[in-house]
Amino acid sequence: MPANRFNGNSDYGIGIGLRVPHYAHILAKKPVVDWFEIISENFMVDGGRPLQLLDQILEQYRVVQHGVSMYFGSADKPDRAHLKKLKALVKRTKTPWLSDHLCWGSADGTYTHDLLPMPYTFGAARRTAEKIRQIRDYLEVPICVENVSSYAEFHVSEMTEWEFLTEVVELADCGILLDVNNIYVSSKNHGFDPYDYLDHIPHHRVGQMHVAGHTKFEKYILDTHDHPVLDPVWKMYAHATRQCGVSATLLEWDDKIPSFDEVHHEALKANEFIDGAKKAKR
Amino acid sequence: MKKPPKHPPARIDSTAELKSFQRVMATAVIRPLDRQGDLQSKWIDGRPMAQVAAEFIKPNDRLTAFERLQLYNQMYWYRLFEAIRDDCPGLRAAIGEPAFDRLSKAYLADCPSQSFTLRNLCSRLVDFIRAHPRLTAPRTALAAEVAQFEWAQTVAFDGEARPVLEAAALAATPPDRLRLGLQPYVTLLELRHPIDTFVISVKRRDAMRSEASNAPDAQVSRRAVRRVRRPRLARTLVAVHRHHNRLFYKRLEPSAFRILHALAAGQPLAQAIAAGGPKVQPEKIRAWFTSWMALGWFCAPGNKPRRPGSS
Repeated sequence: MPANRFNGNSDYGIGIGLRVPHYAHILAKKPVVDWFEIISENFMVDGGRPLQLLDQILEQYRVVQHGVSMYFGSADKPDRAHLKKLKALVKRTKTPWLSDHLCWGSADGTYTHDLLPMPYTFGAARRTAEKIRQIRDYLEVPICVENVSSYAEFHVSEMTEWEFLTEVVELADCGILLDVNNIYVSSKNHGFDPYDYLDHIPHHRVGQMHVAGHTKFEKYILDTHDHPVLDPVWKMYAHATRQCGVSATLLEWDDKIPSFDEVHHEALKANEFIDGAKKAKR
Repeated sequence: MKKPPKHPPARIDSTAELKSFQRVMATAVIRPLDRQGDLQSKWIDGRPMAQVAAEFIKPNDRLTAFERLQLYNQMYWYRLFEAIRDDCPGLRAAIGEPAFDRLSKAYLADCPSQSFTLRNLCSRLVDFIRAHPRLTAPRTALAAEVAQFEWAQTVAFDGEARPVLEAAALAATPPDRLRLGLQPYVTLLELRHPIDTFVISVKRRDAMRSEASNAPDAQVSRRAVRRVRRPRLARTLVAVHRHHNRLFYKRLEPSAFRILHALAAGQPLAQAIAAGGPKVQPEKIRAWFTSWMALGWFCAPGNKPRRPGSS
Protein backbone atom coordinates (compact mmCIF):
# COMPACT_ATOMS: atom_id res chain seq x y z
CA MET A 1 0.00 0.00 0.00
CA PRO A 2 1.58 3.30 -0.99
CA ALA A 3 0.20 5.22 1.97
CA ASN A 4 -1.39 3.56 4.94
CA ARG A 5 -1.77 3.99 8.67
CA PHE A 6 1.35 1.91 9.25
CA ASN A 7 3.62 4.42 7.53
CA GLY A 8 1.82 7.48 8.81
CA ASN A 9 -0.18 7.79 5.58
CA SER A 10 2.97 9.02 3.91
CA ASP A 11 3.83 8.41 0.28
CA TYR A 12 7.60 8.14 0.21
CA GLY A 13 9.50 6.87 -2.81
CA ILE A 14 12.94 5.33 -2.96
CA GLY A 15 15.39 6.13 -0.20
CA ILE A 16 18.85 5.12 0.87
CA GLY A 17 20.51 4.66 4.23
CA LEU A 18 22.37 7.68 5.61
CA ARG A 19 25.94 6.47 6.12
CA VAL A 20 29.13 8.19 7.32
CA PRO A 21 31.18 7.89 4.07
CA HIS A 22 28.48 9.90 2.25
CA TYR A 23 28.02 12.76 4.75
CA ALA A 24 30.41 15.17 3.06
CA HIS A 25 28.96 14.49 -0.40
CA ILE A 26 25.37 14.94 0.76
CA LEU A 27 26.04 18.18 2.62
CA ALA A 28 28.13 19.66 -0.19
CA LYS A 29 26.21 18.51 -3.26
CA LYS A 30 22.70 18.23 -1.83
CA PRO A 31 21.68 15.43 -4.21
CA VAL A 32 18.00 14.85 -4.88
CA VAL A 33 16.92 11.88 -2.77
CA ASP A 34 13.34 11.02 -1.80
CA TRP A 35 14.29 10.25 1.78
CA PHE A 36 17.02 8.94 4.04
CA GLU A 37 16.72 6.14 6.53
CA ILE A 38 18.80 6.70 9.66
CA ILE A 39 19.86 4.12 12.20
CA SER A 40 18.19 5.54 15.30
CA GLU A 41 20.91 4.35 17.68
CA ASN A 42 23.57 6.39 15.84
CA PHE A 43 21.75 9.55 16.83
CA MET A 44 20.49 8.58 20.30
CA VAL A 45 23.32 10.56 21.84
CA ASP A 46 23.36 13.52 24.20
CA GLY A 47 25.07 16.03 21.93
CA GLY A 48 27.97 16.79 19.62
CA ARG A 49 28.58 16.20 15.95
CA PRO A 50 26.00 13.43 15.30
CA LEU A 51 23.07 15.66 16.26
CA GLN A 52 24.52 18.66 14.43
CA LEU A 53 24.81 16.57 11.29
CA LEU A 54 21.31 15.19 11.70
CA ASP A 55 19.89 18.69 11.99
CA GLN A 56 21.67 19.68 8.79
CA ILE A 57 20.17 16.68 7.00
CA LEU A 58 16.72 17.42 8.41
CA GLU A 59 16.85 20.93 6.95
CA GLN A 60 17.01 19.42 3.46
CA TYR A 61 15.58 15.91 3.53
CA ARG A 62 12.85 13.65 4.84
CA VAL A 63 14.16 11.13 7.33
CA VAL A 64 12.74 7.83 8.57
CA GLN A 65 14.07 6.13 11.68
CA HIS A 66 15.14 2.50 11.64
CA GLY A 67 16.30 0.84 14.85
CA VAL A 68 18.52 -2.13 15.55
CA SER A 69 18.25 -2.61 19.30
CA MET A 70 14.65 -2.34 20.46
CA TYR A 71 14.41 -6.13 20.45
CA PHE A 72 10.64 -6.44 20.39
CA GLY A 73 11.01 -10.18 20.90
CA SER A 74 13.22 -10.01 23.97
CA ALA A 75 11.60 -11.32 27.15
CA ASP A 76 13.11 -8.34 29.00
CA LYS A 77 10.85 -5.38 29.68
CA PRO A 78 11.39 -2.32 27.49
CA ASP A 79 14.25 -0.19 28.77
CA ARG A 80 12.79 3.15 29.90
CA ALA A 81 16.02 5.10 29.38
CA HIS A 82 16.31 3.71 25.86
CA LEU A 83 12.70 4.62 25.07
CA LYS A 84 13.12 8.12 26.44
CA LYS A 85 16.08 8.77 24.14
CA LEU A 86 14.24 7.24 21.22
CA LYS A 87 11.21 9.43 21.82
CA ALA A 88 13.39 12.55 21.92
CA LEU A 89 14.81 11.53 18.54
CA VAL A 90 11.33 10.84 17.12
CA LYS A 91 10.36 14.38 18.06
CA ARG A 92 13.50 15.75 16.45
CA THR A 93 13.18 13.88 13.15
CA LYS A 94 9.35 13.89 12.94
CA THR A 95 9.67 10.44 11.41
CA PRO A 96 6.26 9.44 9.99
CA TRP A 97 6.83 5.86 11.09
CA LEU A 98 9.51 3.96 12.90
CA SER A 99 10.83 0.50 12.22
CA ASP A 100 12.82 -2.13 14.09
CA HIS A 101 13.25 -5.87 13.84
CA LEU A 102 11.12 -8.85 14.74
CA CYS A 103 13.85 -10.45 16.78
CA TRP A 104 15.53 -10.49 20.15
CA GLY A 105 19.13 -9.76 21.11
CA SER A 106 19.44 -9.13 24.81
CA ALA A 107 18.87 -11.17 27.95
CA ASP A 108 18.80 -9.76 31.48
CA GLY A 109 20.27 -6.50 30.17
CA THR A 110 23.24 -8.12 28.39
CA TYR A 111 23.30 -7.14 24.72
CA THR A 112 24.52 -9.34 21.87
CA HIS A 113 24.18 -6.50 19.32
CA ASP A 114 22.77 -9.09 16.94
CA LEU A 115 19.32 -9.69 15.46
CA LEU A 116 18.60 -13.15 16.83
CA PRO A 117 15.71 -15.19 15.42
CA MET A 118 12.58 -15.79 17.44
CA PRO A 119 11.20 -19.14 18.47
CA TYR A 120 7.97 -19.15 16.43
CA THR A 121 5.46 -19.96 19.16
CA PHE A 122 2.07 -18.48 19.98
CA GLY A 123 3.32 -17.53 23.45
CA ALA A 124 6.30 -15.67 22.02
CA ALA A 125 4.03 -13.93 19.50
CA ARG A 126 1.69 -12.73 22.27
CA ARG A 127 4.56 -11.39 24.36
CA THR A 128 6.19 -9.68 21.35
CA ALA A 129 2.93 -8.07 20.21
CA GLU A 130 2.27 -6.79 23.72
CA LYS A 131 5.71 -5.20 23.79
CA ILE A 132 5.22 -3.57 20.38
CA ARG A 133 1.93 -2.07 21.58
CA GLN A 134 3.56 -0.72 24.76
CA ILE A 135 6.40 0.85 22.82
CA ARG A 136 4.12 2.34 20.16
CA ASP A 137 1.85 3.82 22.83
CA TYR A 138 4.83 5.44 24.49
CA LEU A 139 6.47 6.72 21.31
CA GLU A 140 3.19 7.82 19.71
CA VAL A 141 4.33 6.92 16.20
CA PRO A 142 3.30 4.04 13.88
CA ILE A 143 5.62 1.03 14.02
CA CYS A 144 6.63 -1.36 11.26
CA VAL A 145 8.43 -4.56 12.24
CA GLU A 146 11.05 -6.01 9.94
CA ASN A 147 11.58 -9.70 9.24
CA VAL A 148 15.21 -10.66 9.88
CA SER A 149 17.51 -13.02 8.02
CA SER A 150 18.38 -16.08 10.08
CA TYR A 151 20.81 -18.96 10.24
CA ALA A 152 19.10 -21.18 12.80
CA GLU A 153 15.65 -22.68 13.39
CA PHE A 154 14.33 -24.01 16.67
CA HIS A 155 12.66 -27.30 17.64
CA VAL A 156 10.25 -25.40 19.85
CA SER A 157 8.72 -23.44 16.93
CA GLU A 158 5.03 -24.10 16.28
CA MET A 159 4.64 -22.32 12.93
CA THR A 160 6.51 -20.92 9.93
CA GLU A 161 8.27 -17.58 10.06
CA TRP A 162 5.63 -15.88 7.89
CA GLU A 163 2.86 -17.27 10.11
CA PHE A 164 4.68 -15.90 13.14
CA LEU A 165 5.13 -12.50 11.50
CA THR A 166 1.43 -12.46 10.64
CA GLU A 167 0.41 -13.48 14.17
CA VAL A 168 2.55 -10.75 15.72
CA VAL A 169 1.47 -7.88 13.46
CA GLU A 170 -2.20 -8.84 13.72
CA LEU A 171 -2.04 -9.01 17.52
CA ALA A 172 -0.05 -5.77 17.73
CA ASP A 173 -2.02 -4.13 14.93
CA CYS A 174 1.21 -2.77 13.50
CA GLY A 175 2.86 -2.58 10.10
CA ILE A 176 5.48 -4.66 8.33
CA LEU A 177 8.81 -3.53 6.98
CA LEU A 178 9.18 -6.25 4.42
CA ASP A 179 12.85 -7.04 3.84
CA VAL A 180 12.83 -8.99 0.61
CA ASN A 181 16.53 -9.84 0.78
CA ASN A 182 16.12 -11.26 4.29
CA ILE A 183 13.36 -13.55 3.06
CA TYR A 184 15.61 -14.74 0.24
CA VAL A 185 18.56 -15.35 2.60
CA SER A 186 16.44 -17.26 5.12
CA SER A 187 14.74 -19.28 2.38
CA LYS A 188 18.11 -20.53 1.19
CA ASN A 189 19.34 -21.21 4.72
CA HIS A 190 16.18 -23.05 5.77
CA GLY A 191 14.95 -24.50 2.50
CA PHE A 192 11.54 -22.89 2.02
CA ASP A 193 9.98 -21.22 -1.01
CA PRO A 194 10.36 -17.43 -0.59
CA TYR A 195 7.22 -16.87 -2.68
CA ASP A 196 5.19 -18.84 -0.13
CA TYR A 197 6.36 -16.26 2.37
CA LEU A 198 5.45 -13.31 0.14
CA ASP A 199 2.05 -14.77 -0.69
CA HIS A 200 0.98 -15.49 2.88
CA ILE A 201 1.58 -12.29 4.81
CA PRO A 202 -1.06 -9.55 5.31
CA HIS A 203 -0.15 -7.36 2.34
CA HIS A 204 -2.22 -4.42 3.52
CA ARG A 205 0.11 -4.05 6.53
CA VAL A 206 3.30 -3.50 4.53
CA GLY A 207 4.42 0.07 5.16
CA GLN A 208 7.94 -0.15 3.77
CA MET A 209 10.30 -2.51 1.94
CA HIS A 210 14.02 -3.16 2.15
CA VAL A 211 16.29 -4.52 -0.55
CA ALA A 212 19.98 -5.34 -0.10
CA GLY A 213 22.85 -7.51 -1.26
CA HIS A 214 24.03 -10.72 0.38
CA THR A 215 27.00 -13.09 0.22
CA LYS A 216 26.89 -16.77 -0.67
CA PHE A 217 29.10 -19.24 1.17
CA GLU A 218 29.39 -22.95 0.56
CA LYS A 219 26.79 -24.02 3.11
CA TYR A 220 24.83 -20.87 3.85
CA ILE A 221 24.10 -17.30 2.79
CA LEU A 222 24.94 -14.28 4.95
CA ASP A 223 23.02 -11.02 4.93
CA THR A 224 26.08 -8.80 4.47
CA HIS A 225 24.68 -5.63 2.83
CA ASP A 226 27.96 -5.22 0.96
CA HIS A 227 26.89 -5.94 -2.63
CA PRO A 228 24.41 -4.69 -5.20
CA VAL A 229 21.01 -6.38 -5.01
CA LEU A 230 21.02 -9.76 -6.76
CA ASP A 231 18.55 -10.64 -9.51
CA PRO A 232 16.49 -13.17 -7.54
CA VAL A 233 15.91 -10.51 -4.88
CA TRP A 234 14.79 -7.94 -7.46
CA LYS A 235 12.37 -10.53 -8.86
CA MET A 236 10.96 -11.07 -5.39
CA TYR A 237 10.72 -7.30 -4.93
CA ALA A 238 8.72 -7.05 -8.15
CA HIS A 239 6.40 -9.81 -6.92
CA ALA A 240 6.02 -8.16 -3.51
CA THR A 241 5.25 -4.82 -5.14
CA ARG A 242 2.52 -6.44 -7.23
CA GLN A 243 1.06 -8.00 -4.06
CA CYS A 244 1.39 -5.09 -1.64
CA GLY A 245 1.33 -2.04 -3.91
CA VAL A 246 4.18 0.41 -4.33
CA SER A 247 5.71 0.98 -0.89
CA ALA A 248 8.43 3.25 0.39
CA THR A 249 11.56 1.33 -0.58
CA LEU A 250 15.04 1.50 0.83
CA LEU A 251 18.34 0.04 -0.33
CA GLU A 252 20.61 -1.07 2.52
CA TRP A 253 24.35 -0.89 1.83
CA ASP A 254 26.34 -1.01 5.07
CA ASP A 255 29.73 -2.49 4.29
CA LYS A 256 32.29 -1.88 1.51
CA ILE A 257 30.20 1.18 0.79
CA PRO A 258 30.81 2.62 -2.69
CA SER A 259 30.26 6.24 -3.75
CA PHE A 260 26.98 7.97 -3.00
CA ASP A 261 26.08 8.01 -6.70
CA GLU A 262 26.64 4.28 -7.05
CA VAL A 263 24.46 3.47 -4.04
CA HIS A 264 21.74 5.85 -5.21
CA HIS A 265 21.86 4.46 -8.74
CA GLU A 266 21.44 0.93 -7.36
CA ALA A 267 18.48 2.04 -5.24
CA LEU A 268 16.77 3.70 -8.18
CA LYS A 269 16.76 0.37 -10.04
CA ALA A 270 13.68 -0.32 -7.94
CA ASN A 271 11.83 2.05 -10.28
CA GLU A 272 12.02 -0.52 -13.11
CA PHE A 273 10.19 -3.06 -10.98
CA ILE A 274 7.73 -0.51 -9.66
CA ASP A 275 6.85 0.47 -13.26
CA GLY A 276 6.51 -3.19 -14.17
CA ALA A 277 4.18 -3.79 -11.26
CA LYS A 278 2.08 -0.74 -12.19
CA LYS A 279 1.77 -1.91 -15.82
CA ALA A 280 0.80 -5.42 -14.72
CA LYS A 281 -1.98 -3.96 -12.60
CA ARG A 282 -3.49 -1.91 -15.46
CA MET B 1 23.10 -12.35 32.80
CA LYS B 2 21.47 -14.93 35.05
CA LYS B 3 22.57 -18.55 34.77
CA PRO B 4 20.60 -20.40 32.10
CA PRO B 5 18.50 -23.46 32.94
CA LYS B 6 20.13 -26.86 32.41
CA HIS B 7 17.84 -27.53 29.45
CA PRO B 8 16.04 -25.06 27.20
CA PRO B 9 12.25 -25.17 27.67
CA ALA B 10 10.41 -27.79 25.61
CA ARG B 11 7.65 -25.27 24.85
CA ILE B 12 7.29 -21.49 25.04
CA ASP B 13 3.90 -20.33 26.26
CA SER B 14 4.90 -17.81 28.90
CA THR B 15 7.31 -14.90 29.20
CA ALA B 16 9.26 -16.92 31.80
CA GLU B 17 9.76 -19.74 29.29
CA LEU B 18 10.79 -17.27 26.60
CA LYS B 19 13.27 -15.78 29.05
CA SER B 20 14.73 -19.21 29.86
CA PHE B 21 15.11 -19.99 26.17
CA GLN B 22 16.82 -16.68 25.49
CA ARG B 23 19.19 -17.12 28.45
CA VAL B 24 20.38 -20.45 27.01
CA MET B 25 20.96 -19.06 23.54
CA ALA B 26 22.47 -15.75 24.69
CA THR B 27 24.88 -17.61 26.98
CA ALA B 28 26.00 -19.70 24.01
CA VAL B 29 26.27 -16.70 21.68
CA ILE B 30 28.46 -14.62 23.99
CA ARG B 31 30.69 -17.50 25.20
CA PRO B 32 34.34 -16.92 24.28
CA LEU B 33 35.50 -18.74 21.17
CA ASP B 34 38.03 -21.54 21.54
CA ARG B 35 41.66 -21.19 20.42
CA GLN B 36 40.76 -22.03 16.84
CA GLY B 37 38.09 -19.34 16.79
CA ASP B 38 35.23 -21.85 16.96
CA LEU B 39 32.34 -22.46 19.34
CA GLN B 40 33.65 -24.20 22.46
CA SER B 41 33.16 -27.96 22.38
CA LYS B 42 31.89 -28.12 25.99
CA TRP B 43 28.90 -26.35 27.54
CA ILE B 44 29.17 -24.48 30.86
CA ASP B 45 28.31 -27.68 32.78
CA GLY B 46 30.79 -29.84 30.86
CA ARG B 47 28.30 -31.53 28.53
CA PRO B 48 29.22 -31.69 24.84
CA MET B 49 28.16 -28.44 23.19
CA ALA B 50 26.90 -30.40 20.19
CA GLN B 51 24.41 -32.17 22.47
CA VAL B 52 23.20 -28.90 24.04
CA ALA B 53 22.87 -27.17 20.66
CA ALA B 54 20.87 -30.10 19.29
CA GLU B 55 18.41 -29.74 22.19
CA PHE B 56 17.07 -26.46 20.82
CA ILE B 57 18.44 -25.87 17.30
CA LYS B 58 17.39 -27.87 14.25
CA PRO B 59 20.09 -29.07 11.87
CA ASN B 60 19.57 -28.79 8.12
CA ASP B 61 20.97 -30.77 5.20
CA ARG B 62 24.20 -28.73 5.23
CA LEU B 63 24.82 -27.65 8.82
CA THR B 64 24.55 -29.35 12.21
CA ALA B 65 22.86 -27.60 15.13
CA PHE B 66 26.35 -26.94 16.53
CA GLU B 67 27.49 -25.29 13.29
CA ARG B 68 24.39 -23.11 13.08
CA LEU B 69 24.88 -21.92 16.65
CA GLN B 70 28.57 -21.37 15.92
CA LEU B 71 27.69 -18.86 13.18
CA TYR B 72 26.02 -16.62 15.76
CA ASN B 73 28.82 -17.14 18.28
CA GLN B 74 31.50 -16.19 15.75
CA MET B 75 29.56 -13.19 14.40
CA TYR B 76 29.14 -11.90 17.96
CA TRP B 77 32.86 -11.99 18.64
CA TYR B 78 33.91 -10.62 15.25
CA ARG B 79 31.50 -7.71 15.69
CA LEU B 80 32.70 -6.85 19.18
CA PHE B 81 36.39 -7.27 18.33
CA GLU B 82 35.95 -4.91 15.40
CA ALA B 83 34.16 -2.36 17.58
CA ILE B 84 36.79 -2.38 20.33
CA ARG B 85 39.63 -2.19 17.81
CA ASP B 86 38.02 0.84 16.17
CA ASP B 87 37.60 2.55 19.54
CA CYS B 88 41.13 1.90 20.80
CA PRO B 89 43.80 2.58 18.16
CA GLY B 90 46.04 4.23 20.78
CA LEU B 91 45.76 1.34 23.21
CA ARG B 92 46.61 -1.11 20.42
CA ALA B 93 49.72 0.89 19.58
CA ALA B 94 50.70 1.23 23.24
CA ILE B 95 50.61 -2.44 24.21
CA GLY B 96 50.97 -4.14 20.83
CA GLU B 97 48.47 -6.23 18.88
CA PRO B 98 48.97 -9.60 20.67
CA ALA B 99 48.50 -8.06 24.12
CA PHE B 100 45.53 -6.03 22.86
CA ASP B 101 43.89 -9.19 21.52
CA ARG B 102 44.32 -10.93 24.88
CA LEU B 103 43.05 -7.89 26.75
CA SER B 104 39.99 -7.35 24.56
CA LYS B 105 39.03 -11.04 24.70
CA ALA B 106 39.27 -11.06 28.50
CA TYR B 107 37.50 -7.71 28.87
CA LEU B 108 34.57 -8.59 26.63
CA ALA B 109 34.18 -11.97 28.33
CA ASP B 110 34.15 -10.34 31.76
CA CYS B 111 32.24 -7.17 30.85
CA PRO B 112 29.77 -7.98 28.08
CA SER B 113 27.86 -5.03 26.69
CA GLN B 114 25.16 -3.68 29.00
CA SER B 115 24.11 -0.94 26.63
CA PHE B 116 21.90 -0.79 23.54
CA THR B 117 24.76 0.94 21.73
CA LEU B 118 28.30 -0.22 21.02
CA ARG B 119 29.36 3.37 21.72
CA ASN B 120 29.53 2.40 25.40
CA LEU B 121 31.52 -0.80 24.87
CA CYS B 122 34.73 0.59 26.42
CA SER B 123 33.09 2.39 29.34
CA ARG B 124 34.50 -0.13 31.85
CA LEU B 125 37.84 -0.78 30.17
CA VAL B 126 40.00 1.45 32.40
CA ASP B 127 38.76 -0.22 35.59
CA PHE B 128 39.23 -3.64 33.99
CA ILE B 129 42.83 -2.88 33.00
CA ARG B 130 43.63 -1.76 36.54
CA ALA B 131 41.93 -4.80 38.06
CA HIS B 132 43.80 -7.23 35.77
CA PRO B 133 47.33 -5.81 35.51
CA ARG B 134 48.85 -9.06 34.24
CA LEU B 135 47.04 -8.69 30.92
CA THR B 136 48.95 -5.52 30.07
CA ALA B 137 52.16 -5.99 32.09
CA PRO B 138 54.67 -4.39 31.99
CA ARG B 139 52.74 -1.45 30.53
CA THR B 140 49.64 -1.45 32.73
CA ALA B 141 49.95 2.19 33.83
CA LEU B 142 50.38 3.33 30.24
CA ALA B 143 47.54 1.09 29.03
CA ALA B 144 45.15 2.46 31.66
CA GLU B 145 46.05 6.05 30.76
CA VAL B 146 45.57 5.50 27.02
CA ALA B 147 42.23 3.75 27.64
CA GLN B 148 41.18 6.62 29.90
CA PHE B 149 42.13 9.12 27.21
CA GLU B 150 40.32 7.24 24.44
CA TRP B 151 37.17 6.96 26.53
CA ALA B 152 37.39 10.71 27.19
CA GLN B 153 37.40 11.20 23.41
CA THR B 154 34.17 9.22 23.12
CA VAL B 155 32.60 11.41 25.80
CA ALA B 156 33.86 14.58 24.13
CA PHE B 157 32.50 13.47 20.75
CA ASP B 158 28.86 13.08 21.68
CA GLY B 159 28.49 13.82 25.40
CA GLU B 160 25.81 16.13 26.70
CA ALA B 161 26.25 19.91 26.41
CA ARG B 162 24.38 21.87 29.06
CA PRO B 163 23.44 25.56 28.70
CA VAL B 164 26.57 27.68 28.99
CA LEU B 165 26.77 30.04 31.95
CA GLU B 166 27.12 33.66 30.89
CA ALA B 167 29.54 36.04 32.61
CA ALA B 168 26.75 38.41 33.61
CA ALA B 169 24.92 35.65 35.46
CA LEU B 170 28.07 34.75 37.38
CA ALA B 171 28.69 38.31 38.54
CA ALA B 172 25.50 38.26 40.60
CA THR B 173 26.81 35.62 43.05
CA PRO B 174 29.72 36.27 45.43
CA PRO B 175 32.78 34.02 44.72
CA ASP B 176 32.59 32.26 48.07
CA ARG B 177 29.12 30.97 47.15
CA LEU B 178 29.39 30.66 43.38
CA ARG B 179 29.65 27.08 42.12
CA LEU B 180 30.37 26.29 38.47
CA GLY B 181 29.78 22.98 36.77
CA LEU B 182 32.04 21.67 34.04
CA GLN B 183 30.35 20.59 30.81
CA PRO B 184 29.75 16.81 30.84
CA TYR B 185 31.73 16.44 27.61
CA VAL B 186 34.91 17.89 29.20
CA THR B 187 37.21 15.38 30.92
CA LEU B 188 40.18 16.50 33.01
CA LEU B 189 43.04 14.02 32.98
CA GLU B 190 46.14 13.90 35.13
CA LEU B 191 48.50 11.57 33.31
CA ARG B 192 52.01 10.25 33.83
CA HIS B 193 52.64 10.16 30.08
CA PRO B 194 51.96 12.66 27.26
CA ILE B 195 49.08 10.59 25.92
CA ASP B 196 47.70 13.47 23.86
CA THR B 197 50.75 13.68 21.60
CA PHE B 198 50.98 9.89 21.48
CA VAL B 199 47.37 9.56 20.31
CA ILE B 200 47.90 12.29 17.73
CA SER B 201 50.94 10.38 16.40
CA VAL B 202 48.91 7.17 16.18
CA LYS B 203 46.16 8.98 14.27
CA ARG B 204 48.71 10.44 11.85
CA ARG B 205 50.28 7.02 11.32
CA ASP B 206 46.89 5.42 10.68
CA ALA B 207 46.01 8.17 8.20
CA MET B 208 49.33 7.58 6.39
CA ARG B 209 48.72 3.82 6.37
CA SER B 210 45.32 4.42 4.87
CA GLU B 211 46.84 6.59 2.16
CA ALA B 212 49.66 4.09 1.60
CA SER B 213 47.22 1.24 1.13
CA ASN B 214 45.74 3.18 -1.79
CA ALA B 215 49.14 4.01 -3.31
CA PRO B 216 50.25 2.22 -6.53
CA ASP B 217 53.40 0.85 -4.87
CA ALA B 218 51.67 -0.03 -1.61
CA GLN B 219 54.40 -2.28 -0.20
CA VAL B 220 57.07 0.41 -0.38
CA SER B 221 54.77 3.11 0.92
CA ARG B 222 53.64 1.03 3.87
CA ARG B 223 57.22 0.41 4.90
CA ALA B 224 57.76 4.15 4.92
CA VAL B 225 55.11 4.54 7.61
CA ARG B 226 56.99 4.60 10.88
CA ARG B 227 56.03 2.86 14.08
CA VAL B 228 54.85 5.21 16.78
CA ARG B 229 57.18 5.35 19.76
CA ARG B 230 55.66 4.70 23.15
CA PRO B 231 55.58 7.84 25.28
CA ARG B 232 58.14 8.36 28.02
CA LEU B 233 57.23 9.41 31.55
CA ALA B 234 56.24 13.08 31.68
CA ARG B 235 53.49 14.45 33.89
CA THR B 236 50.75 15.73 31.62
CA LEU B 237 47.62 17.64 32.57
CA VAL B 238 45.07 17.84 29.81
CA ALA B 239 41.41 18.53 29.16
CA VAL B 240 39.77 16.43 26.45
CA HIS B 241 36.87 18.45 25.06
CA ARG B 242 35.11 19.58 21.92
CA HIS B 243 34.70 22.99 20.35
CA HIS B 244 32.31 23.65 17.47
CA ASN B 245 31.76 19.87 17.56
CA ARG B 246 35.40 19.08 16.85
CA LEU B 247 37.60 17.14 19.24
CA PHE B 248 40.42 18.99 21.04
CA TYR B 249 43.02 18.32 23.71
CA LYS B 250 44.02 21.30 25.81
CA ARG B 251 47.13 21.18 27.94
CA LEU B 252 46.72 22.78 31.37
CA GLU B 253 49.20 24.28 33.79
CA PRO B 254 49.18 22.59 37.22
CA SER B 255 47.46 25.54 38.91
CA ALA B 256 44.82 25.75 36.17
CA PHE B 257 44.22 22.02 36.46
CA ARG B 258 43.79 22.27 40.25
CA ILE B 259 41.26 25.09 39.87
CA LEU B 260 39.19 23.19 37.30
CA HIS B 261 39.49 20.02 39.34
CA ALA B 262 38.17 21.82 42.42
CA LEU B 263 35.28 23.37 40.47
CA ALA B 264 34.36 19.99 38.97
CA ALA B 265 34.42 18.52 42.48
CA GLY B 266 31.79 21.08 43.54
CA GLN B 267 33.90 23.62 45.42
CA PRO B 268 32.84 27.30 45.35
CA LEU B 269 34.80 29.60 43.03
CA ALA B 270 36.82 31.32 45.78
CA GLN B 271 37.90 27.99 47.25
CA ALA B 272 38.71 26.58 43.81
CA ILE B 273 40.91 29.56 42.99
CA ALA B 274 42.67 29.14 46.32
CA ALA B 275 43.32 25.51 45.36
CA GLY B 276 45.32 26.84 42.42
CA GLY B 277 48.03 27.89 44.88
CA PRO B 278 49.26 31.17 46.41
CA LYS B 279 51.79 31.99 43.70
CA VAL B 280 49.43 32.24 40.75
CA GLN B 281 49.09 35.77 39.46
CA PRO B 282 45.53 37.14 39.27
CA GLU B 283 46.10 38.17 35.63
CA LYS B 284 46.86 34.58 34.76
CA ILE B 285 43.74 33.31 36.49
CA ARG B 286 41.69 35.95 34.69
CA ALA B 287 43.16 34.86 31.34
CA TRP B 288 42.41 31.20 32.05
CA PHE B 289 38.81 31.93 32.96
CA THR B 290 38.41 34.12 29.87
CA SER B 291 39.60 31.21 27.74
CA TRP B 292 37.44 28.60 29.51
CA MET B 293 34.39 30.85 29.28
CA ALA B 294 35.04 31.37 25.57
CA LEU B 295 35.19 27.61 25.13
CA GLY B 296 31.83 27.30 26.87
CA TRP B 297 33.14 24.93 29.52
CA PHE B 298 31.04 26.20 32.42
CA CYS B 299 27.46 25.25 33.09
CA ALA B 300 25.23 25.04 36.13
CA PRO B 301 26.57 22.46 38.55
CA GLY B 302 24.92 19.03 38.36
CA ASN B 303 23.27 17.31 41.29
CA LYS B 304 26.45 15.45 42.15
CA PRO B 305 29.97 16.87 41.95
CA ARG B 306 31.86 15.05 39.17
CA ARG B 307 35.02 13.11 39.70
CA PRO B 308 37.50 14.53 37.20
CA GLY B 309 38.82 11.92 34.81
CA SER B 310 35.53 10.08 34.87
CA SER B 311 32.22 10.56 33.17
